Amino acid sequence: MGDFTMPSLGADMKAGILVAWRVKAGDRVRHGDIIAEVETDKGLFEVEVFEDGVVDSIRMQPGWDKIPVGTVLATIRAEGAKAEIPAVAAEKGAGERVKASPAARKRAAELGIDLATVQGSGPQGAIGLADVERPAGGEKPAEKATAGAEKKKTPAEFQAGMRRAIAAAMSRSNREIPHYYLETDIDMSRALAWLQEENGRRPIRERLLPAVLLIKAVAKALEEVPELNGHWTQERLQLKKKMHIGFAVALRGGGLITPALHDAGRKSLDQLMAALSDLIGRTRAGRLRASEITDATITLTSLGDLGVRTVYGVIYPPQVALVGFGRIADRPWAEKGLLGVRPVLTATLAADHRATDGHHGARFLEALDRALEEPEKL
Amino acid sequence: MTQKGQMVKTTYREAVREAIREAMRRDERVFLMGEDVGRYGGCFAVSKGLLEEFGPERIRDTPLSESAFVGAGIGAALGGMRPIVEIMTVNFSLLALDQILNNAATYLHMSGGLFNVPLLIRTATGGGKQLAAQHSHSLEGWYAHIPGIKVLSPATLEDARGMLWSALQDPDPVLIFEPSVFYPMEGELAADAGPVEIEKARVRRNGTDVSLITYGSSLFKTLDAARILAEEGIEAEVIDLRTLRPLDDATFLASVARTHRAVIVDEGWRSGSISAEISARITEQAFYELDAPVERICSTEVPMPYAKHMEEAALPKTETVVETVRRMTHG
Repeated sequence: MGDFTMPSLGADMKAGILVAWRVKAGDRVRHGDIIAEVETDKGLFEVEVFEDGVVDSIRMQPGWDKIPVGTVLATIRAEGAKAEIPAVAAEKGAGERVKASPAARKRAAELGIDLATVQGSGPQGAIGLADVERPAGGEKPAEKATAGAEKKKTPAEFQAGMRRAIAAAMSRSNREIPHYYLETDIDMSRALAWLQEENGRRPIRERLLPAVLLIKAVAKALEEVPELNGHWTQERLQLKKKMHIGFAVALRGGGLITPALHDAGRKSLDQLMAALSDLIGRTRAGRLRASEITDATITLTSLGDLGVRTVYGVIYPPQVALVGFGRIADRPWAEKGLLGVRPVLTATLAADHRATDGHHGARFLEALDRALEEPEKL
Repeated sequence: MTQKGQMVKTTYREAVREAIREAMRRDERVFLMGEDVGRYGGCFAVSKGLLEEFGPERIRDTPLSESAFVGAGIGAALGGMRPIVEIMTVNFSLLALDQILNNAATYLHMSGGLFNVPLLIRTATGGGKQLAAQHSHSLEGWYAHIPGIKVLSPATLEDARGMLWSALQDPDPVLIFEPSVFYPMEGELAADAGPVEIEKARVRRNGTDVSLITYGSSLFKTLDAARILAEEGIEAEVIDLRTLRPLDDATFLASVARTHRAVIVDEGWRSGSISAEISARITEQAFYELDAPVERICSTEVPMPYAKHMEEAALPKTETVVETVRRMTHG
């Protein structure tokens, strides 16, 4: 029996709103299926389940506000396993019951609330009256989302929430992460020439954006310096095998989301291009998946479109690095004693000095440079 | 003459004395007897001056025999008098327990309803004066066990002044337990203060978060705790039981129904105490209102120590009440 809990969709997310279920009790689910929609300050997200099985029980109904991260929303039992009642009895031991005060029990009965869905705040997790009246730590008593759309946030409310979420994550980053910054200029003439030639062979709809080359190059460089691909948690660097590259996407109304391009290291340029278009489209439409919000192992931000030359980024915790790209611009370039004009890109690395040292960072930028000098190998 | 509503400064001791004086003046059947109540003026100086005012017929010193003079009081009451019998401390009252339980409390029943015993016994109770293990206990809860008598515990000046006359009007035995630590307590009392009703508990402070149920010597400690808690945003309701038998459970049950939490503060020992009775009644009659287990703050179960710091340690404390409520309300 597995618990499907309120996911943490951001470094500082404490609670979310359960907007809708995509499944009901008894439904069969597979690893990766979207089974619920959750709203946070950063928007609405589709939440996947990470096990195969059958939805055993739905513990929270849509409409509860501010459900703390980690609260059990539903239970999933392995296929073939026995249904809930015997399983729970076996888990908890005979005679053990939910700890709740008599007043809480009475009120729960009046409100028709299953005490198993309520988180207790009393001694030994006992459920008190206040816990029932403000279920699972939520701010308001049950407000069933019958009309669904009527709780839609206004753009101003959404912006305020977005700013709060960014503020929380960035303040934490600035407070906790000792950043170090490295930058290098990369001659992009080979990469752009290759891209032009490659795109010339392709139908318009299959053409590649320079961003795809950059993403692929970052993935390649990470293969050489895997220390930058991971999370700093529990006071140590937890390296990640897969490269889920978070790609900063500015939202039209303002604000920013950095969804992850899953497993970017293994994807071909074509696959990356398709994934990027899909991701940007869904980000702006507000249909991201929870895993895309939480999985990123490094962030890539490109402000070149706006003419910026150099980006000094703030790392998105718990990640340990952020790669910034400026504008590709023609600049004087000296090589082998000759001065020429080349399209040049300034790449920066902001990295967490707890996790890595400048040596790693320097090797990474060097590898990135090399990757972009040999575009045909990407 | 003092005017109606005017407040006068007085003490708990003077309030009790004034109550006795008023009763002696209003009803010639009333008389006071007990150890050292006459020439000495009372062990706690409550009856000082009364011998001079009312004479030896009505202010009577007795031999050192609680059983004998309580028995004499019962006889006088049966004979139509309205005796006030003073027993020096509650510990000594045990010598008269046979008279109180087997005679005073049972006569009405055993006489088939023919003989009421309108006896009033006053005695000092409780610790806090370094009077050690034979003079400092709080045994009023024991007396509250006995059907056929009433048990009063005045904590305020108003009740010290007003309960005595009401008790004398009762056709059956009434015991008044005066916390000895309160006798020198100063305060203001209406100049025209008079009899008060003795059947009801009083809410001494309104609150919404917890019901602090107490009486007698613990009342002011509990009110102090409520003030400290209020500064932290916890509103405690303080209930002064006033009467331990019959117990006015309607008042504290209604309070628990509002606050959903109850703490009983009782200077008696915990085991088999009045606090246990109150807790049981809450559980029996307000179970579904409870949002936390009922808690009790009682005296440590030891003979009351003589040493000041140890006596203080044994008695219920304001801080304990505060800490208990904090724990209950914050989970």
